[in-house]
Amino acid sequence: MGTHNHTHNFTERFDFSGKPKTWSLIAIVIGVLAIAYGFLTHHTERTFANLLLMGYYFACVCAAGAFFLAIQYVAQAGWATGLLRIPQAMARVLPVASIILIIICASGLATHELYHHWHADGITDPNSPNYDAIIAGKSGYLNVPFFMIRLVGFLALYSFFAVTLAKLSVNEDLEGGLSSYKKSFKYSVFFLVIFGFTTPLWAFDTIMSLEAHWFSTMFGWYNFAAMWVSGLCVITIIAILLKRSGYMSWINENHLHDLGKFIFAFSIFWTYVWFAQFLLIYYANMPEETVYFYKRWEPEYKPWFWLNLIINFVSPVLILMTRDAKRRETTLLFVAILLLCGHWLDYYIMIMPGTVGAERTFGIVEIGTALGFAGLFSLLTLNALSKHSLIPVKHPFLEESLHHHI
Amino acid sequence: MSNTKYILGHFEDPDDMMHGIEQLQKNNISIYDVFTPMPIHGIEEKLGVKRSRLPIVAFLFGITGTCFAFGLMYYCLVYDWPMNIGGKPAFAMPDFIPIMFELTVLFASYGMCFTFFFRNHLFPGRAPRVMDLRATDDRFIIAINAKHNPYPEKIDNLLKEAGAVEIKHNERKYVSYE
Repeated sequence: MGTHNHTHNFTERFDFSGKPKTWSLIAIVIGVLAIAYGFLTHHTERTFANLLLMGYYFACVCAAGAFFLAIQYVAQAGWATGLLRIPQAMARVLPVASIILIIICASGLATHELYHHWHADGITDPNSPNYDAIIAGKSGYLNVPFFMIRLVGFLALYSFFAVTLAKLSVNEDLEGGLSSYKKSFKYSVFFLVIFGFTTPLWAFDTIMSLEAHWFSTMFGWYNFAAMWVSGLCVITIIAILLKRSGYMSWINENHLHDLGKFIFAFSIFWTYVWFAQFLLIYYANMPEETVYFYKRWEPEYKPWFWLNLIINFVSPVLILMTRDAKRRETTLLFVAILLLCGHWLDYYIMIMPGTVGAERTFGIVEIGTALGFAGLFSLLTLNALSKHSLIPVKHPFLEESLHHHI
Repeated sequence: MSNTKYILGHFEDPDDMMHGIEQLQKNNISIYDVFTPMPIHGIEEKLGVKRSRLPIVAFLFGITGTCFAFGLMYYCLVYDWPMNIGGKPAFAMPDFIPIMFELTVLFASYGMCFTFFFRNHLFPGRAPRVMDLRATDDRFIIAINAKHNPYPEKIDNLLKEAGAVEIKHNERKYVSYE
């Protein structure tokens, strides 16, 4: 207490080689093979749906890293300083994730495999047999050029802020002083405002427009909650695994406790938003709104619909309820991995009924694509992590984080 | 036999006080309580203070709220006076959930609050009891029950060695408002 003596090695760097690298590369190879298998066996739409799922998930997790950074700066929080390099590494990967997502969406539009509910020849032409009055009414917003402008614009903005925040932290290591911190604060404020207003639109475009007849204003926040929980889970998993391999000696059960509280709280928030969307649609009972849940209530989706709630709400609430569970590495690691799988299922239930519909399957393409993107994420993130020391040594709140105690 | 009930060691520095606690514990002297004007991290573990049982209270009040909300709505909407609302069945579970949730939060928060006040004797008409007035101002105070610990001179010496600036032998437990 009150002493500044510690035995941590602040100059150490993560050595990205050996097993983590090998397994990441193997996962990427599996992913490429699974995607190739999907295309070669003429499961084109299914493969595209899976690519969209994982591409979106990947970009969301990286964006959540940038969001985590921005929140810490704006709240002037000190507890997380010791683990800030992890979300910084995630934020550095966001540009790559954005490019992949843009390529997937663009090629999906070009081949008419994705978004064909609103992107088809003559769909806005009253004289065409394809004419759809509802889509024609939405076409002022929902048309291909504007769709691509929004997608590229949002992701470019997020990537700019993500990379800038990560760079400022490295400058701080070199120069010291408060100037980098003050700049980070300013950038974070702008980022949070932009991010807060544009993520719902991002979710509307990328996911909700798969079923373009249907709409829900809660959908954006619902996606945001899923993004934030999965981002927190990834940060927790990386922190625990780094600690287990002997790095980050300054992270202790107090920091994990805070991450656990975050995961617990935002799992409940996810359920809150999920239920808010469900209750209003159930209560109003209007056909154009209930169609969404009607599809997910069909026999091929119903068990998954319930499993989604059990994994993403019941299990974190019951497992992470006590203080001890949040402080125990093993429990937290288990819940974080479970929730990552759970939010994959969440996205699966959002995307699949609007794409493959009743021909829903779960097999090589699903598992392979998920593994491939997980491998790509760990390769890029751990590589970014290994470039700098594992702690921002000149961060003004460093001591607070080292002595964090709850 | 002196009439001293409590020995109070006053410290000006929290680190000295923590040192004093260590010295007393080394000499097997039981500490009645410690009063500080600000929270000090790690003091609970050092004194062996058990974790608060308030979360259990919160859970019990919360579950009471859930049951109360469910019972109330079930009685009104299903048993006593079923109504046709939007063509839904009388027992429409999703409609119940928001109210069950809100009353759970309401009961848990009020229940916790009142239990906390009750346990800490913070209710109207109750004069606050303080062992030393300066504990709420600028002094860090260790209180030792003199009836349970013999050799008051030894306690005095230990406190002095640890850096106590003042030592009081009080014949009454509380000084204020009684």
